[in-house]
Amino acid sequence: MNSTKIYMNGELIGVCENPEEFVTEMREKRRSGQISEEMNITYYDKTSEIYIFNDPGRARRPLIIVKNGIPLLEDEHIQEITEGKLKWDDLIVNGIIEYLDAEEEENSYIAMGINDLNEDHTHLEIDPSTMLGICAGIIPFSNHNSSPRNTMEAGMTKQALGLYVSNYMHRTDTRAHLLHQPQTPMVKTRIIDATDYDKRPSGQNFVVAVMSFEGYNMEDALILNKSSLERGLARSSFFRSYETFERKYPGGQEDKFEVPGKGVRGYRSENAYRHLDEDGIINSESYVESGDVLIGKTSPPRFLEEIDEFGSANEKRRETSVTVRNGEKGIVDAVLLTETVEGSKLTKIRVRDTRQPEFGDKFASRHGQKGVVGLILSQEDVPFTENGVVPDLIVNPHAIPSRMSVGQVLEMVAGKSGCIKGERVDGTPFNLDIESEIRNFLTDNGFEPNGCESLYNGMTGERIEAEIFIGVAYYQKLHHMTTDKMYARSRGPVQVLTKQPTEGRAREGGLRFGEMERDCLIAHGAALALKERLLDESDKYEAIVCGKCGMLSVHDKIRNKIYCPICGEVDSFPVEISYAFKLLLDELKSLCVFPKLILEDKA
Amino acid sequence: MGNIDQEVVNKVIKIVKKKKIDFPESYVNDIAEACIRRELTDKELETLIVRVKKAYERSKVESGEAIGTVAAQSVGEPGTQMTMNTFHYAGVVELNVTLGLPRLIEIVDARKTISTPTMAIYFDEDHKFDEEFAKKTASKIAKITINNVLDDDLHIDYGQMNVEVIISQEKIKEKHLDFDEIVSKLEAKLKKHTFEIEDNKITIAPKVDKRTKNGIQIRDIRLLVDKIRHFQISGVKDVNRVIIRKDEQWVLHTEGSNLKAVLKMEGIDKEKTTTNHIHEIYTVLGIEAARNAIIKEALHTLDEQGLSVDIRHVMLVADMMTADGSVKSIGRHGISGTKSSVLARAAFEETGKHLLNASIRGEVDELTGIIENIIIGQPIPLGTGSVGIKMKNN
Ligand SMILES: [Zn+2]
Repeated sequence: MNSTKIYMNGELIGVCENPEEFVTEMREKRRSGQISEEMNITYYDKTSEIYIFNDPGRARRPLIIVKNGIPLLEDEHIQEITEGKLKWDDLIVNGIIEYLDAEEEENSYIAMGINDLNEDHTHLEIDPSTMLGICAGIIPFSNHNSSPRNTMEAGMTKQALGLYVSNYMHRTDTRAHLLHQPQTPMVKTRIIDATDYDKRPSGQNFVVAVMSFEGYNMEDALILNKSSLERGLARSSFFRSYETFERKYPGGQEDKFEVPGKGVRGYRSENAYRHLDEDGIINSESYVESGDVLIGKTSPPRFLEEIDEFGSANEKRRETSVTVRNGEKGIVDAVLLTETVEGSKLTKIRVRDTRQPEFGDKFASRHGQKGVVGLILSQEDVPFTENGVVPDLIVNPHAIPSRMSVGQVLEMVAGKSGCIKGERVDGTPFNLDIESEIRNFLTDNGFEPNGCESLYNGMTGERIEAEIFIGVAYYQKLHHMTTDKMYARSRGPVQVLTKQPTEGRAREGGLRFGEMERDCLIAHGAALALKERLLDESDKYEAIVCGKCGMLSVHDKIRNKIYCPICGEVDSFPVEISYAFKLLLDELKSLCVFPKLILEDKA
Repeated sequence: MGNIDQEVVNKVIKIVKKKKIDFPESYVNDIAEACIRRELTDKELETLIVRVKKAYERSKVESGEAIGTVAAQSVGEPGTQMTMNTFHYAGVVELNVTLGLPRLIEIVDARKTISTPTMAIYFDEDHKFDEEFAKKTASKIAKITINNVLDDDLHIDYGQMNVEVIISQEKIKEKHLDFDEIVSKLEAKLKKHTFEIEDNKITIAPKVDKRTKNGIQIRDIRLLVDKIRHFQISGVKDVNRVIIRKDEQWVLHTEGSNLKAVLKMEGIDKEKTTTNHIHEIYTVLGIEAARNAIIKEALHTLDEQGLSVDIRHVMLVADMMTADGSVKSIGRHGISGTKSSVLARAAFEETGKHLLNASIRGEVDELTGIIENIIIGQPIPLGTGSVGIKMKNN
């Protein structure tokens, strides 16, 4: 009938008459090594199309090939691997294991375990957990979690602070976070081993109690033990790098690193330059705040034609120093002097700031359980166990049931038993018999098998009536921190064009009173509150309108006269309008539309 | 409700008139009914009327209230919760009907063609419980093609270059059709073909004429087969399937809608029979019916998602859409695009077009609306901004 179209990397390269055979042959050739093992081929019988992919950037995963219901990986292979005679690559070369991409998975029937195998299967999972990626693979007991929570965690673990590279001290990343004492998770998974997560971990093991506490941990807030923080828990450093170079301009002029002199246009206060050395560059380990100059720099004047009354070019250089960003502070960590490819002087400054957890910092466990710090409590006030263990963190029990993140509960029990035993616990998903093992171990060591303990009120010493679930969970500090976001403004800079306040914290901008907020004031009928937000506290402008023609009049400040450019000196009236509207009128005029304002007395 | 004692009603009207209260008619009836049910004395009735008056006045919207914005927020906020499970199958199990946000958008956009038109057809008093009649009507409405009444399949004879159509007697009987009628309809459609009829077998072959002097091609036969297979023997235009259900009485649900044709049929309850196609209601029954249809459909869509929106917000939307006698959409081509204020229109969409046209026509913006006043920076004529001070003329 119809011939099947063959696409290679999305491009039509030909047709074929017997697709099934063709696809099988291609796969055989890949397995026997005649074609690159990176090739993947898929046949869609519904649309009569064959897709071949061999381009970079596809996510692929290894599977054991199954023939007639029998996996090709046999015991003798495993034996040889344990003896070191056989390597992973050999398995691929010998066509025992192959990598499939998402497309080719559509053509395969993959068995989860060796017991599920039947005649129709084409592949067998090496382990069920290999279907998880790097991020999802970090979650212990993820098979016990609801899928949205696993998805959330897979996204959040990328925001966790940790040891992001090991050569951070030699790098000048524009912005970088570094966790001070990262720990390997008490409960690990086999994917953690496979991805070397332990070599650059991104969190710490917290002793977590699940209980409410004076209402300070409602709505996912967290309560942190102040003494734990003072011992260095969840402490991190933030690095920001600044850089600039001496730009060379056409005509022999160039920038210069120096402490700008008082005559320089745009000179800051003397105080701003106080840290600079003679070469105009700051010394390391100096404490700097926003507005302090890190690299003093002057640039040649923009217009060379500026000639003074004596007929000589006026050499007034501009100040173009690099300063600490608005709202940030820190200690100069490193100063780097080098040169650009063109040979100009190049300077990079790295500023470091220590971040001890504070109210509003965001934390998350490995189960999509995120929250912000709601209270930092002195250790003496934190509830403690009979053994004198004081939790680092108190989370609210309401966070668990509706989200069904049972994995967290299991991790906490497993973490607890691991801590007692002094060895790490394997929490690989789909590992079925671990739970009873943990329970038995806890019972043997005099603990409740469910992880609950009696806690004592830290303030009164009274026993808390309810048994409290307490265990050890791996928590991650996420890079959303209060210091980076906290902001307020009363007055400040405005935009040149519209005279409305600037936008954004970095520009010391206003907080946007948006469309929906505007609708709320309208709905309440708060006409004057609305006017205050949108006009008085924004771009109020007093326009002078000609009473005769309705155009904006001109105020000649030198002669203190008001006149209309069309009608001359006639009665003009001041009208309060928004500057944006004045701008609209001006723009209309520039388009040869003559907007006229018809004035009337206010009712 | 028609059997309320007229005497009590008159009594209520008398008190209402005495107190100079302006009640809607339904209130008078409701109060009268309550009076009978609770056996109220005259004094109690008067107290009731005063209390109802208070509650009535309390529930009235005050002047200067931003009802438009409140309605927009009251419909819009539940709308954001509807974004999930947008396409849902409900109502009659066998029938797919668009619901959720897509349907709501369809209603306020006043679409001329909707994605899943459907009708609910009821029968008049005489045929309410007549199953036979319901089935008969259903087969009259439903689209039936030759394919639906074939005994087995079409037999194509490439040797003889003809097509054999064997009609199933059972099937046409079940669908209340007549064999001779089918034949005559087919003959009317396929004029350049020869017909041979033998019991319930019709053999159709193309006539050999000038056009086909090179002999009849296989292609011609294939085209003929398709033509015969999809030939509509009976049914109402635009209606595909009909599903017969019995709730309290027999009801027909259809896939596709043609209100005009269905209302002309016999034994149909012309008051209850309806469609979800608002534009069709407008053309067949008029603007007031269209307004009610908008309210009913919008409320039903919200209700189905478990969202409760006060009917008055939806009524306001429907009123705005139908106020000028035709169904207008909310948006660029409808209400927002035809506002009187230049600035309000320019602020919404197609700024350049509106400003250009306004300047060509020399339009004057009276600055009576909300958006205009926000743009120029004046207090809006609403709420606290709707009052002013008037000087005494001395
Ligand atoms: Zn003038």
